[in-house]
Amino acid sequence: MALLQISEPGLSAAPHQHRLAVGIDLGTTNSLVATVRNGISVVLNDDAGIALLPSVVRYLAEGAAQVGVAAQAVQSVDPQNTIVSVKRFMGRGLKDVGEVVDLPYRFVDSPGMLQLRTVAGVKSPVEVSAEILKVLRDRAERSLGGDLVGAVITVPAYFDDAQRQATKDAAKLAGLNVLRLLNEPTAAAIAYGLDNAAEGVYAVYDLGGGTFDISILRLSKGVFEVLATNGDSALGGDDFDQRIYCWILENAELSQLSANDTRLLLTYARAAKEQLTDHAQTQITAVLSGDKVVNVTLTREDFYAMTQNLLARTMQPTRRALRDAGLSGDDIKGVVMVGGSTRMPQVQRAVQEFFKQTPLTNLDPDKVVALGAAIQANVLAGNRSADDWLLLDVIPLSLGIETMGGLTEKIIPRNTTIPSARAQEFTTYKDGQTAMSIHVVQGERELVVDCRSLAKFELRGIPAMVAGSARIRVTYQVDADGLLSVSAREMTSGVESAVTIKPSYGLSEGDITRMLQDGNQYARDDMQARALREQQTEAGQLLEAVENALQQDGATLLDTASQTRIRSSMDALHNVLNGNDHLAIKRAVEALNQATVSFAQARMDQSVSHALKGHNMSELEN
Amino acid sequence: MSITLTENAAKHVQNFLTKRGKGVGLRLGVRTSGCSGMAYKLEFADAADDADLQFNSHGVTVLVDPQSLPYIDGMELDYTREGLNEGFKFNNPNVKDACGCGESFKV
Repeated sequence: MALLQISEPGLSAAPHQHRLAVGIDLGTTNSLVATVRNGISVVLNDDAGIALLPSVVRYLAEGAAQVGVAAQAVQSVDPQNTIVSVKRFMGRGLKDVGEVVDLPYRFVDSPGMLQLRTVAGVKSPVEVSAEILKVLRDRAERSLGGDLVGAVITVPAYFDDAQRQATKDAAKLAGLNVLRLLNEPTAAAIAYGLDNAAEGVYAVYDLGGGTFDISILRLSKGVFEVLATNGDSALGGDDFDQRIYCWILENAELSQLSANDTRLLLTYARAAKEQLTDHAQTQITAVLSGDKVVNVTLTREDFYAMTQNLLARTMQPTRRALRDAGLSGDDIKGVVMVGGSTRMPQVQRAVQEFFKQTPLTNLDPDKVVALGAAIQANVLAGNRSADDWLLLDVIPLSLGIETMGGLTEKIIPRNTTIPSARAQEFTTYKDGQTAMSIHVVQGERELVVDCRSLAKFELRGIPAMVAGSARIRVTYQVDADGLLSVSAREMTSGVESAVTIKPSYGLSEGDITRMLQDGNQYARDDMQARALREQQTEAGQLLEAVENALQQDGATLLDTASQTRIRSSMDALHNVLNGNDHLAIKRAVEALNQATVSFAQARMDQSVSHALKGHNMSELEN
Repeated sequence: MSITLTENAAKHVQNFLTKRGKGVGLRLGVRTSGCSGMAYKLEFADAADDADLQFNSHGVTVLVDPQSLPYIDGMELDYTREGLNEGFKFNNPNVKDACGCGESFKV
């Protein structure tokens, strides 16, 4: 007979009505699947009793795919068909992947997301990820003895909607029903049961193999909210290995190693790092090509000293995240450690010193995210009653719209909790304008060119009106999974252009970090750039208006001298218009305004007398 | 009248209760449902009901409501592993017929 699990009181499943749900940590290096069994979140192992599935997929000529350890083993033999760290390519175009030159893959650029040419044909990162998910799904269904109702899949907090959508697509392709995408730090906090803990602010310090993320979460009234996220997309355990590797080179007086020797020494460096977690010192012995023998002893103290600045590099984003959240280290009630690299004693010590408290380390830092995702999946599948907590996440970068002059207007500021909807009204720029182009951008900078373009669409059928009288309401909506939809509606006529934004792929974690940093670094420049663009837009509008007026009434209302004077003011403005000095433009605009005062007055008088012509006083008095 | 747990099952139940952090024991019972008429109920118990019958097996308190008892009297609850799957197995002497999967049964 079927094997049963203990349910929560009153929640026994009816026969054949399984509510089997899993949490999946789809990682860059390793992936895991976990579920709640008998009320406890557990990671599911494979037949060999191993929990971690290396996120490596190898395609074979006959079209089949090997996933995990088997694929990892042949990585160096068959590099072109063995895809590692595919998560870095999710939802990204070729131009976004800067490090392409170092990678052995045959990339195919295609609209949206890059693809990889393998012996089994061209594959997209979504398909590659789906292979990993299929293995986890199969493992889960065999472990749980039934079909899954769904899965919660974790993604980095800074994943944009393109990356999230790509993750969802991969799950769909693997035959998984996605109950929800969950931010990794939030999952970690849930795993530690912080949702049942005292209210307060918690930090999640995630140092993985190649990336560092810090998140600040607030728990209040049982509700989780991500206050801020920050990180460094090029900092992780690999950098610690690299430091040891360089130290070996120096101490063994080596130079110019072959690729094989380099790989060998890096492996030894990694082993030494892991040794030093439990031992005060470690011996590194290696035989390189040409029978050169390396034999050095590395102490913990030396290792700590050489990695000091790596630790310091994790503290910068940490401080920034705290500042974004408007908090200081003293406000943090607990610190959760995630990622294998947090096993290093010096990492734990540095975190302890920074936050002045012992971080939470009793759950396996490699598994904690999957465990939390499983708990969330269990709730969403309806296996847990009363405790209906809800999770709030934030959007990592502001979502805005392009306005005249290539300026960004932020509609939803970053770190806004989701789901969220915001609307703003805009108007037309020109008389008789019947269409409006809506350009959705993402980023912290003031100019559109410095932000990331997400989508463009048009609202047509705006009734012809004087500039500034149309009212166009643009609504931005971010759903619980962090996906964005934008709609525009002209309020007087009701014409609407509700366009679902196709996720546009292409933003890397590095880009997000860079964009955030740029936003702060260039704040002053951006302010000036904005002032300049605003002046330019205003000047352009003024020039056009004066030109129109001159065409219409210049000859009748002005003498030649006045016309020349206005023309020369216009020329002066033209000359500075495309320069960089917004004050010069401002002065020229003022000069032109001055020069046209009497002309404007004359036109006003003229239109009044036109309007009055043919009417008599008695009519006006009525 | 008795309900028993194998030693292994009792050990797992204790473990789950400890990790869950609350609960007085295990509640066993039956419900009318499923393709063969009856289905088992296996839940954590947070409190005993006045009418409940209580059994103790290897240190685990087992609560059974009086209506369910005739269907499961004499049952032994085991914890086993089948391939990657593991969980509780009901060895119920009262069962005359069960559906293919064994999740629901007739007496």
